[in-house]
Amino acid sequence: MVHWSAEEKQLIASVWAKVNVEECGAEALARLLIVYPWTQRFFDNFGNLSSPTAIIGNPKVRAHGKKVLTSFGDAIKNLDNLKVTYSKLSELHCDKLHVDPENFRLLGDILVIVLAAHFTKDFTPACQATWQKLVGVVAHALAHKYH
Amino acid sequence: MVLHANDKSNVKAVFAKIGGHAEEYGAETLERMFAAYPQTKTYFPHFDLAKGSAQVKGHGKKVAAALVEAANHIDDIAGALSKLSDLHAQKLRVDPVNFKLLGQCFLVVVASHNPSLLTPEVHASLDKFLCAVGTVLTAKYR
Repeated sequence: MVHWSAEEKQLIASVWAKVNVEECGAEALARLLIVYPWTQRFFDNFGNLSSPTAIIGNPKVRAHGKKVLTSFGDAIKNLDNLKVTYSKLSELHCDKLHVDPENFRLLGDILVIVLAAHFTKDFTPACQATWQKLVGVVAHALAHKYH
Repeated sequence: MVLHANDKSNVKAVFAKIGGHAEEYGAETLERMFAAYPQTKTYFPHFDLAKGSAQVKGHGKKVAAALVEAANHIDDIAGALSKLSDLHAQKLRVDPVNFKLLGQCFLVVVASHNPSLLTPEVHASLDKFLCAVGTVLTAKYR
């Protein structure tokens, strides 16, 4: 089980409290699709993903980004119980969605960059370290039920 | 990873904007990398890695200078970094996975200091550039 220090929990909570889940989620997912275009393979039914402008303005991207980051919020509420919390979601991503877990790591890194841009100098090295740990642990939990 | 014309101009624009802060960004990149990815410290047993370390600042300056050099010779990164590539292959032998970690931290530094500069398109180009640099530096490994 992953251990979280009091300081790490504080850094996670204080950042999360100021995150606009809809905006941040939309931004993170859009950047994933722009920076790593091969990730678009999972979103054939999203309509126009033909350019960064199209991706950023795409309502399905925004909606899905919000969904994904809302789920991330569940992880934050269940830091000591992540594998169980994400058990069904993990099965879904493996059995139904067929998503390579590498994509969770890519999205996690993008999320950290989005947070850095949003929080600027408040996103200290200690803060980044904690969030890199968090996104890594979330990616691991999401991959846990793969077979 | 092929750098297209727009990638090259995006990267050049970033480094033009960063300007004299490159050294400072280099040092902060390393500081963040050591904090977020402690395994990277294994390459620096001979360094004082405490906050504000002169050695880290000095090394950050070198790393930044190499990135600037690559950006200034973006049509031939392999040529520009050839000696550095030899050094990494023969002497330093930093495991290839670590270049991605350094790249991530550099992007975080750019994002945290210049959020408006790192648009999604620029982010994509800079990420590609950093991958290209890592590829060049590990190209002669075997």
